Amino acid sequence: MKILRYFNVALESIFSHKMRAILTMLGIIIGVTAVLVTMGIGRGAAASITGEIASQGTTQLTVMPGALNTGGVRQASGSSSTLTMGDAEAISDRILHPNVVLVAPAYTGSSQLVVGDTNNQNQVVGVTMDMFIVRNWEMEYGRFFTQEEIEDQAHLLVLGATAAKDLFVNVNPIGQTVRVKNEPFTVIGVLSEEGGFGGADDQAIVPLGVAQGRLFNAARYRGDYTVTSIYANASSEELVPMAKAEIERTLRMRHQLDVDDSNDFSIIDQASLLDIIGSITGTLTIFLGSIGAISLLVGGIGIMNIMLVSVTERTKEIGLRKALGAYDSDILLQFLVEALVLTVLGGLIGVGLSFGIGWLVGQIPGFDFEVLIGIDIIILAVAVCAASGFIFGLYPAMRATRLDPIEALRYE
Amino acid sequence: MAQSTTNPLIEIVDLTKVYKMGEMEVHALRGVSLSIQPGEYVAIVGTSGSGKSTLMNMIGLLDQPTGGIYRVRGTESQKLGKKALADLRNREIGFVFQRFNLLARATAMRQVELPLFYAGVSNRKSRQMATDALTRVGLGERTHHRPEELSGGQQQRVAIARAIVNQPSLLLADEPTGALDTHTGEEILTLFEELHSQGLTLIVVTHDPDVAARAHRVVTMRDGLIVEDRVQVPSKAAPAPAFPAPAVPAPQPEADSVTQPSAQPATQPRVILETLDGAAA
Repeated sequence: MKILRYFNVALESIFSHKMRAILTMLGIIIGVTAVLVTMGIGRGAAASITGEIASQGTTQLTVMPGALNTGGVRQASGSSSTLTMGDAEAISDRILHPNVVLVAPAYTGSSQLVVGDTNNQNQVVGVTMDMFIVRNWEMEYGRFFTQEEIEDQAHLLVLGATAAKDLFVNVNPIGQTVRVKNEPFTVIGVLSEEGGFGGADDQAIVPLGVAQGRLFNAARYRGDYTVTSIYANASSEELVPMAKAEIERTLRMRHQLDVDDSNDFSIIDQASLLDIIGSITGTLTIFLGSIGAISLLVGGIGIMNIMLVSVTERTKEIGLRKALGAYDSDILLQFLVEALVLTVLGGLIGVGLSFGIGWLVGQIPGFDFEVLIGIDIIILAVAVCAASGFIFGLYPAMRATRLDPIEALRYE
Repeated sequence: MAQSTTNPLIEIVDLTKVYKMGEMEVHALRGVSLSIQPGEYVAIVGTSGSGKSTLMNMIGLLDQPTGGIYRVRGTESQKLGKKALADLRNREIGFVFQRFNLLARATAMRQVELPLFYAGVSNRKSRQMATDALTRVGLGERTHHRPEELSGGQQQRVAIARAIVNQPSLLLADEPTGALDTHTGEEILTLFEELHSQGLTLIVVTHDPDVAARAHRVVTMRDGLIVEDRVQVPSKAAPAPAFPAPAVPAPQPEADSVTQPSAQPATQPRVILETLDGAAA
């Protein structure tokens, strides 16, 4: 293949002008590195967030009082909440809700947790047995409540990992007493750390009845205690929309909403949460990527610039080559291949550099996700480099081709 | 190069060349006719502006004439496309330049291989041919030296090796000793004689009578015309000055001064260019 031999010519030319070659490639190197690192960080962040959500179970549904609008969940104040224990029980009906497998109502309040001199404001969540399964909880120490303890409204407490750490320093929390609203509770277990947001890490878990009754004296609606949320699981990821529809139908019926009334509750599933996060990180990635793309463009123009200088500088060489029998196409290919080799080489150096920077970024404390540089992005970046080498190398190469051999030979 | 004399290597009939410089027309060639047989050693002499460089560019197929006919081995150059002209330059003509025109950072080997690259010769064969050519010019031991590691004379030898590597019919040299000192220039001329004795056709364009004196035939040009074309007995290695210099300075294309062998010793100091000026960068 004759074209392969131009690579030798190009490499010889590049290696005999190392400094110039490096300066030429710098724009491309920076551009590629910028694209890869920003895309990598964007992807890494997205993967980290979606990973956390997925760990909470993609089949999980949360029913909350109040309508969901663009501003997020508009939390109805406690007294006007229309979500009740009766609703939770109704949703538990397997015949009417064949795609809903577990239903766990919760009542969340906020209170001081007091241990000796230590005093922390925490969320206190009243739960049922099923909540442990619905939320994918795991025990770090001790145990969870039994069914009897929940029914008996025992004054027992399970602490989230962070809450336990804050309250008990160098002390085994199990068996200790925590005072909540002046009621003594015995700690029976500590949950494993969940990480992420909206988890149980800084919560204190109590039997549901205790939270609704003695602790927070929950409002009643049509004779039932209200709840602040109902957690439920769909039977599979694919059936999440079905499960949502079943719950919605039941709640609208129970809340006696007319056809044109909007829901006075919201059902949030993980998939819709993922969608929202995905679109945010996607936009971010495109934004950052386009900044990188602009620097790639600038790098490409730099290549054209240097190639034009190089053509002028090598006018005499071009004349000589033509005198020795080079076709115009030979000259064109020589300069085109040289531009291509420069950009692709710069691109590859950029790929290497971005891995290095990705690793460095990962070492920053508190930066708790990986920089993900995918093979698809690498291929794309190198392809873009090659394309810019072609586009920006073409004009200088054509200029070289058009040189008159006599003029070129006479050029000093 | 066994060619019969009835079949000239180069045949020029009433060649004209007009350059347009803005409004002005410059008649560089005003009707030149010339025929060169294979195996000849011809010097084309004349002052600058006499048209000898233009004629050389025509012969070298680097430029197209405005009128007249130019045939190389019977092929009319005006009828050829750019590619065919490049092929002819590549196969039939070897160029030697005043300033050598070597690539700045390439080894002697790579320089000599350059025409073979464009001829599409395979790598192995090309290396063999380049080595042979370098051996022929006496540089068999310096194949891997770069121009900056070679003397001016050696650089010109590399350029000559490059010119003959593709076994052309014609070696076209433009002031081949112009950038060399007298002694080194002498070596190059001796090398030319060797190549000529091996059958190569040589055309040397020069304004230096010492150089012209070594040719077997001298074509003198003035104002775009051939004013004299004569066969001479070439002088051998010239321990200049062998004869007293004539009154007229060397570049004057007076017939007398040219036909006087070794008429003019090197009166002006020649520039020795140790570094390569721009053949590559």
